[in-house]
Amino acid sequence: MSAAPGAKKPYGAMAPDVDRFAFTPENLEEAKRILARYPPGRQASAVLPLLHLAQAQHGGWLPKAALDYVAEFLGMAKIRVYEVASFYDMFNIEPVGRVQVRVCTTTPCWLCGSDAVLKAAREVLGCEPGESSPDGRFYLREFECLGACANAPVLWIDDDFYEDLTYERAKAVLEAVVRGERPEPGPQSGRKGSMPAGGKTTLLEVGE
Amino acid sequence: MLHDRDRIFTNLYGERPWNLEAARRRGDWDGTKEIILKGRDWLVKEMKESGLRGRGGAGFPTGLKWSFMPKQADGPVYLVVNADESEPGTCKDREIIRNEPHKLIEGCLLAGAAMGCTAGYIYIRGEFVREAQILQAAIEEAYAAGLIGKNACGSGYDFELYLHRGAGAYICGEETGLLESLEGKKGQPRLKPPFPAAVGLYGRPTTVNNVETIAVVPTIYRRGAAWFAGLGRPNNTGTKIFCISGHVNHPCTVEEEMGIPLKTLLEKHAGGVRGGWDNLLAVIPGGSSVPLIPKEICDSVRMDFDSLREVQSGLGTAGVIVMDRSTDIVKAIARLSKFYMHESCGQCTPCREGTGWLWRMMERMAKGEAEPAEIDQLLDVTKEIEGHTICALGDAAAWPVQGLIRHFRGELERRIRERKLVVKRAA
Repeated sequence: MSAAPGAKKPYGAMAPDVDRFAFTPENLEEAKRILARYPPGRQASAVLPLLHLAQAQHGGWLPKAALDYVAEFLGMAKIRVYEVASFYDMFNIEPVGRVQVRVCTTTPCWLCGSDAVLKAAREVLGCEPGESSPDGRFYLREFECLGACANAPVLWIDDDFYEDLTYERAKAVLEAVVRGERPEPGPQSGRKGSMPAGGKTTLLEVGE
Repeated sequence: MLHDRDRIFTNLYGERPWNLEAARRRGDWDGTKEIILKGRDWLVKEMKESGLRGRGGAGFPTGLKWSFMPKQADGPVYLVVNADESEPGTCKDREIIRNEPHKLIEGCLLAGAAMGCTAGYIYIRGEFVREAQILQAAIEEAYAAGLIGKNACGSGYDFELYLHRGAGAYICGEETGLLESLEGKKGQPRLKPPFPAAVGLYGRPTTVNNVETIAVVPTIYRRGAAWFAGLGRPNNTGTKIFCISGHVNHPCTVEEEMGIPLKTLLEKHAGGVRGGWDNLLAVIPGGSSVPLIPKEICDSVRMDFDSLREVQSGLGTAGVIVMDRSTDIVKAIARLSKFYMHESCGQCTPCREGTGWLWRMMERMAKGEAEPAEIDQLLDVTKEIEGHTICALGDAAAWPVQGLIRHFRGELERRIRERKLVVKRAA
């Protein structure tokens, strides 16, 4: 769960552990909109969306206070929320860097050079997968298939995919992110979406 | 070869906007009311006649699946769309969601009408943040235009549609794991029976369909079951989005006719295998869960459910992972074993423990650190998992390893032999 009592955490730029958590007014409104998607009495369905919301609000990880808050908000037993938060890969229940950098290393990306992307990430961020950078700003992970295999290898930074990477392209993207910039997401090769790089072979006759 | 006029996803590459106005220009939402008014029986019958088989991997006939839903149900009935695309090698639903969201939304409405559903939920994988934003905006457009919701399209049929985001768990792509997750629990699959058509979401009748399956529905109704059934091959009809990744010159997604020869698919659309066709080692033709096929089979096999089944593989999701002769094939499959170990939900012992066994043995096999007899032991472990678990993840973990042993046993033996020589020399 969250930081063990007395454990020293390299908070740095990370969001700190907290004793109390509550949604901001804007997130409270969003939470109500989300709840309305599910039938009465089925509000537990909103647990994943609300944990996403809480994690984003708290800078990339979920302290125990946030899990408890979501449990109370949804009328769920706390343990049910804890087990959900620990089951799904996207939730962090330990303090981690705010900017989440994930390198897909599953076979399709690996075949196309994800080792080089991982190497670039290690070098630029100065940490190993599963760790946060020394300054606490970034959290680096290896991630399983991101579902963009025709644009492999893929790097997923916060909400955006960076695709068609090489060592150099990954390094350029990450160095920009470290500088506080957000390069244009998508294929870094200049091609459109998952169209063949040599030019499209279909949809040639299709007009508007 | 498929003509452009027979392609369903004309904005597959996002060359034009995804929004309602642009979608209407592509022919979406045209005559939807009239289609709904043809009634449930016609909608199900037409879908059966189209021959459409589910595009999520299993290939179950869609019309038949729909016919399992109760004719009369007192209370909510659900359509759930599986947009938890996470089968390694698969990236087709992403293109539909971000470039053709209205085909999916209109498909939800028509599928809902065919099954008497009161509401639909689209469960999208959490990683697709931008795609979810586009889909949510498209759903809001459809509501604002009166296309879904109360009296959808002026048809008198009420249908609510909601988007739900997952949070990173491959197992939620299994339909009952997905339902558990949608109910706010860990995504651990349920025992079947009861099947979702009887007891699904919130205990109510539910059908779970893949994104691509639902997104082709409106075009099938507009152009007719006979048109769709006339494409492809018997029992393997229609068009299909293929995702081509790995060692080809131009990886891509492309919509083609079912039954297209694999070689044609790769050479026509993906720029061919890196270094030429003779440089091909093997292909995983249907996403990571299906057994690989070596070049000799790739030379002539067609890409459809039945043809690939005949060669002991499968069409799966049509995620085509190409590996040339530079590939460390054992390591490539070992990485898949790691994937299944990571994604096992832990519910069934053979899968929870067995996927770890497979990965550890495969890691040793990749380095040749094994005894020759362990190849059969490895095969035995896969057989202990296969068929002994609640859901198909166990099978999916077993099959890639079985495919490797079936076609590359010699390579495994060679590595063991060479490793022994190295150890002997060092001694």
